[in-house]
Amino acid sequence: MRRRAVIAGIGALFTSACSRLSDSKAGDALLSAAEDWHRKAHRLLGGRGALAREYDRADISPFFRGNGSTDPDSAEYKAAVQNGFADWRLTVRGLVDNPLSLSLADIAALPQRTQITRHDCVEGWSAIGEWTGPQLALVLEQAGLKPEARFIIFHCADRLAGKPYYESIDLADAFHPQTIIAHRLNGEALPVRNGAPLRMRVERQLGYKQAKYLTAIEAVARLDGIGQGKGGYWEDRSGYQWYAGI
Amino acid sequence: MKRHALPTRLWHWLNLACITGLFMSGLNISNAHRRLYWGEWGFAPEDAWLFVPRFPGWMTIPGHYDLAAARDWHVLLAWPFAIGLLFAWAAMMLNGHFRRDIMTSTAEWRPAAIWHDIVQHLRLDFTHHGSKYNFLQKLAYGAVLGILLPLMIATGMAISPGMDSAWPWLSEMFAGRQSARSIHFLTAWAIFAFFVIHIALVLLSGPVRQIRDMICGGEA
Repeated sequence: MRRRAVIAGIGALFTSACSRLSDSKAGDALLSAAEDWHRKAHRLLGGRGALAREYDRADISPFFRGNGSTDPDSAEYKAAVQNGFADWRLTVRGLVDNPLSLSLADIAALPQRTQITRHDCVEGWSAIGEWTGPQLALVLEQAGLKPEARFIIFHCADRLAGKPYYESIDLADAFHPQTIIAHRLNGEALPVRNGAPLRMRVERQLGYKQAKYLTAIEAVARLDGIGQGKGGYWEDRSGYQWYAGI
Repeated sequence: MKRHALPTRLWHWLNLACITGLFMSGLNISNAHRRLYWGEWGFAPEDAWLFVPRFPGWMTIPGHYDLAAARDWHVLLAWPFAIGLLFAWAAMMLNGHFRRDIMTSTAEWRPAAIWHDIVQHLRLDFTHHGSKYNFLQKLAYGAVLGILLPLMIATGMAISPGMDSAWPWLSEMFAGRQSARSIHFLTAWAIFAFFVIHIALVLLSGPVRQIRDMICGGEA
């Protein structure tokens, strides 16, 4: 028992040294620098346009797990579900020349991309599904980004622990060919569990980037004015890495 | 000449710090989803081949469940770990440590010679004839340096979705992302098993001298 206590003690010492380091300013800077090195290494090794792997129909998992919000409980969302999302609007705003307000019919009228990709949750599990929707690049080109725009924010209809969900990506991912505004999963309208009526697919990043229940797309120059400034719901709440490609 | 060259000693302690941090933060990450799968995908209990126990706080970094902080440590330490291993391989190829001390000869693979080595180990007889390491040592160090540690890096990169887009052949090589994740987990425990045996043998073979020599170099 004593040996175990000693090992536990050494472990605790090591752990507390680690947490003290990560709580310090220098430690924090080092941790976010490491995240940045990974992003740069990924883009150096594969190029900015590297494509996420696409699969065959036979590879699709029998069920696509929903995570985070799976049934937003606001009165507006429940009414929208009742209504078959007939009045759902996706606004495109911020640093754009022509702000847009798109209906689901407008989105379905755009050229569509269908891709069978793997969804990787930060917790470790994966699922494969077939997504259909227009490329985000098409919508951004319609709206016309101002030159100072550097990030794209996704605003969502769901709230977790009282705070609205949102996410953000840089322009390399925003204009990536596989970044689509999905409205279909496996050939059918997106289920509520998976983000009906619209969700993002940012295929080179983890699940928490794949914003569901999408209501608005906003172009910004900086992330610090939105939410608590770290670029996403989980980034703000728990300190998840903004670059979710690791 | 020193018993342990400077690059060996530097890498040894850097690597110990890295794998300790990576292993303990990895156990915290494992607590986020305690099931392992084979193939590309898996999320439900019925898909799993292994249900992993929850690792207690004294085994994890941080000492409580915190996926974000554990991932921060994991992706930070991945850098010195991977670059350190590259450095170790470059150094031991250049200074002859690999050829001289770790590479085995055909003669050493004879069953009688291997058996002799096993018996000698069981008798806790650590005298070496001629070469610096005996066969089982060479095999263990070679497997850790050449297979287990590189496998941790390769499977770790295969799990990362950004890296998977850059180098899709990595996760294809492991027959899917969830297979790579399973191999990452198994290899981590294989390294832990090496660690336990390594510490036990150090303790049995004069720990003060062993540790002092790994710090100061020692007499050849």
